[in-house]
Amino acid sequence: MPISRRNLTIAMLLGAVALTGCSGGKAPGDGVVLLNVSYDPTRELYKEINAGFANHWKADHGQTVSFKMSHGGSGKQSRAIQDGLEADVATLALSYDIDAIAAAKPGLLDPAWRQRLPDNSAPYTSTIVFLVRKGNPKNIRDWNDLVKPGVKVITPNPKTGGGARWNFLAAWAYGRKAGGSEAAAQDYVSKLLANVPVLDSGARGSTTTFVERNIGDVLITWENEAFLAQKEMGAGKFEIVVPSISILAEPSVAVVDGNVKKHGTAEVAKAYLEYLYTPEAQDVIARNFYRPRDPQVAARYAATFPTLNLVTIDKDFGGWKAAQAKYFADGGVFDTIFAKIKR
Amino acid sequence: MRNGATSESRLARAVIMAIGLGFFGLFLLMPLLVVFAQALAGGIGAYLDAIVEPDALAAIRLTLLVAAISVPANIVFGIAAAWAITKFDFPGKSILITFIDLPFSVSPVVSGLIYVLLFGAQGWLGPWLAEHDIQIIFAVPGMVLATIFVTFPFVARELIPLMAEQGRDDEEAALSLGATGWQTFWHATLPNIRWGLLYGVLLCNARAMGEFGAVSVVSGHIRGETNTMPLHVEILYNEYNFIAAFAVASLLALLALVTLVLKSLLEWRYDYHGKGTGH
Repeated sequence: MPISRRNLTIAMLLGAVALTGCSGGKAPGDGVVLLNVSYDPTRELYKEINAGFANHWKADHGQTVSFKMSHGGSGKQSRAIQDGLEADVATLALSYDIDAIAAAKPGLLDPAWRQRLPDNSAPYTSTIVFLVRKGNPKNIRDWNDLVKPGVKVITPNPKTGGGARWNFLAAWAYGRKAGGSEAAAQDYVSKLLANVPVLDSGARGSTTTFVERNIGDVLITWENEAFLAQKEMGAGKFEIVVPSISILAEPSVAVVDGNVKKHGTAEVAKAYLEYLYTPEAQDVIARNFYRPRDPQVAARYAATFPTLNLVTIDKDFGGWKAAQAKYFADGGVFDTIFAKIKR
Repeated sequence: MRNGATSESRLARAVIMAIGLGFFGLFLLMPLLVVFAQALAGGIGAYLDAIVEPDALAAIRLTLLVAAISVPANIVFGIAAAWAITKFDFPGKSILITFIDLPFSVSPVVSGLIYVLLFGAQGWLGPWLAEHDIQIIFAVPGMVLATIFVTFPFVARELIPLMAEQGRDDEEAALSLGATGWQTFWHATLPNIRWGLLYGVLLCNARAMGEFGAVSVVSGHIRGETNTMPLHVEILYNEYNFIAAFAVASLLALLALVTLVLKSLLEWRYDYHGKGTGH
């Protein structure tokens, strides 16, 4: 018996080692690799940004930088970084999700990360708009049309998705303005959520539900996601509806200090995020339908991005920390509303 | 005299047949056809491009690697467990049998989360692992562990009824003739169970390669590095890259078809129906 076990173990280990050897070669040569852990809709954006930055870095430093990308719901990604996903940079949908990393593991990320880059470390902004089917058959013009009976609304779950939380708060802002009180806002959002047949976990999941699976009359989503869906699925199939009021979304970026220290990538990671603020990257950002910070680039793309009445998280909701605790924490407003709808 | 089973009217039989076939066509055949139709929607060139794309190749390689580690591990465990349970009497035997079934009754997502709670940076063993620079979660080891967990029961479940039915006569005869433990296993036990074992391995492998939930939780979804084929399919689909998504999915579907054929061959070979009342 002892012989058998030893032989088997050795054979298995050899097999495993041989196979692991085959799959090696992760880090290409003398170059440097950055892991960018991002939220859902930025896949196309960072594909371009990464190529642009790699060219710059190669020209300036003679070093090849390659990228590994991970995309998913913003809250989920934040959680993964806290649980040990070794991101060099976190580029998430809202500052709260990056704050959560710093709160859980201060050694991993400096809690004062927002002050390290211009514009509160948010290199671009976006907002929340509606996407409807061609010809707008349900005649959806503004938020109040979403709570009409028979209108099916697609939006992701704010517990897991970053975009979903922006959607929720934009709806709340409308309800509060229209009804004049917090109670009216809650009433409005309850009616809205009652019209939601599918709660996906992230923004991209909702988009495919609406666009690919043909479920729902209106998709509440990022402006960039709405533009992209239009572009990818062919012009004329969908229309963007800009509501009377929405929210200024500021997706944020940070170097994850603990991980770059471990990987020796601090310098290149910092340069990567600073590159996002250059006119060149800002142009890429605008072309991917995110609202650029650079005023000159913004002026060039003024026709793409209509001006609308935007509330902000800091002024109108007391910052993400307060908003998260009130609306999205366990037992918070969203849970209360959701429990009522299910009954 | 007609017996009860054939006494239904023709109409009833036709209706039952139609329901069965309709169900088969709608829920099994159609999706399979859709996968291949979508994969080939852009022509054979686009199909091949999608499969030889570096991230797709990395996903295929990782899937094979994970299966190549977790299947042998579960063969060893499955044989050992079935051997212990059917050839020996010891206290706690029924508890062991129950525990072997645990992965079947636990949701795969929960299986994945167990490993995050154990090995994640904030988990029980997280600080120790970080100190020694060992990465388990969001890397290949975590994905292998999660896969081993969800495929745990396949081999053992296949062997236990088979070996229980065969009893210990052959082994006792071998031992009484002076064979060592290893000889007994190799010459008496293994030949008796080989078809059942192959069958279990086949099911185990199919699940190992197709597992989504548990692996998704511990993967971290890094393109080209910690995406197995099922995860890569989801990513491609979410990127509006439908042809590529279905091309990779078609490989998984092919795997399923090959498994099905091999399974039928094995059933024919080791006379599944003669296996007893274990199933």
